[in-house]
Amino acid sequence: MWDWAFTLEILPALARAAVITVEVTILGFLIALTLGLALAVCRIALPWTRLPISLLVELIRSTPLLIQIFFLYFVGPSFGLTLDAMTTGVLAVGVHYATYCSEVYRAGFESVPRGQWEASVALNLGRATTLRDVIIPQAIPPVVPALGNYLVALFKETPLLSAIAVLELMQTAKIIGSQTFRYTEPITLVGLFFLAMSLVSAWAIRRVEAGINRRYRR
Amino acid sequence: MGLRALAVLLTLTLATILYLSRLEDFRIFVPGLAQGALMTLRITAAAAVLAVLAAITAGLLKLYGPAPLRWLAVAYIEVFRGTSALVQLFWLYFVLPGFGITIEAYTAAVIGIGLNIGAYGAEVVRGAVVSVARGQWEATVALNMTRAQALRRIILPQAFAAMIPPWGNLLIELLKTTALVSMITLGDLAFRAQQMNQTTMKTAQIFTLVLLVYLAMSLTVTLGMRLLERRAARGILHARAA
Repeated sequence: MWDWAFTLEILPALARAAVITVEVTILGFLIALTLGLALAVCRIALPWTRLPISLLVELIRSTPLLIQIFFLYFVGPSFGLTLDAMTTGVLAVGVHYATYCSEVYRAGFESVPRGQWEASVALNLGRATTLRDVIIPQAIPPVVPALGNYLVALFKETPLLSAIAVLELMQTAKIIGSQTFRYTEPITLVGLFFLAMSLVSAWAIRRVEAGINRRYRR
Repeated sequence: MGLRALAVLLTLTLATILYLSRLEDFRIFVPGLAQGALMTLRITAAAAVLAVLAAITAGLLKLYGPAPLRWLAVAYIEVFRGTSALVQLFWLYFVLPGFGITIEAYTAAVIGIGLNIGAYGAEVVRGAVVSVARGQWEATVALNMTRAQALRRIILPQAFAAMIPPWGNLLIELLKTTALVSMITLGDLAFRAQQMNQTTMKTAQIFTLVLLVYLAMSLTVTLGMRLLERRAARGILHARAA
């Protein structure tokens, strides 16, 4: 049932693929973090963007990531947007999670007391300066754990990229499976890898959360 | 988003779907996509029932179960939350036969997605039960209720109201996760879309329609859960908002 020799044989290929999975995760999350912040700040700075942005967020959050990946990959070229599979995947994952992150940032902004805005007006600070130097530094630390949870969620969604043949962990496992007719070892190993990474990151997030609570207790 | 805004958005989405499905370019895809949508709904409904049952069982066992059962619940929650839904589906469909257990794609889809969302739901159940005020427990002791009675009559009805908003989010997640079953050969909406895309190459039309159909389904779920939330909060003084 379980073949250890076969397991050892496929381990190097899976390890190489794991690097791609981690790459996709990091790049995608960077997009999610920055685009999410941009969306959240936009909603505050330009009130007229509030409706279109919340519509966009609702639209992206309400439809499956898999369909969005297909949309970007297959429909993109007809609008002159031809990207390779890896870029498409990173972009789709990043934009999808940017909408989740923007809601997290929004909660962070709302948790900053109104008095901080008023005090900044009293000190004659401009809106941009207020946001950059007063509001954002107070809004971000409390939401870091929530953002961390989305990092783990994004990481667990990367196997979807196997649908457009990005050579990440899942796709590699599928290829090994179809070549050798043995799915047991590759798929189980992929599962174990995700489990291990998720447990480690959950522990890391708890540590960070504890650290933040100690430093920023209001 | 408010209830009214949601209703407007849902109406607009449905109107757009209706309008598009009458156009020459889109009409040919309607029967196939309708079949796919039906499969998506069937899997969503079945998996949702399983998810709720699994969540309540695992959530309560993690809180009050005897030691071995408690460990089992914790292991279930951690394993299903810690690995990808797609990996779980593949494992059920392609790996289990290697251990002598062969299940149909549909069964694998319902079990995989139901247990995956159920694991997240277990934490929701646990959190909601814990959030019921301590005094309520003490009052049940004072009234000489057994623990089972207290749970059933006092604690769970109050926890129920606190559970609904997070369950709304989970059901949307569940609906979106069903798109993955296309990868274990089930003919859901995502599967039909890919199939028709390969035969007709009318990519933009197909995927736009599919996105709209998913959006309509999600909005319906959200709207339904909001109404349920209102109903459940009735008669409870300190119902907690999400």
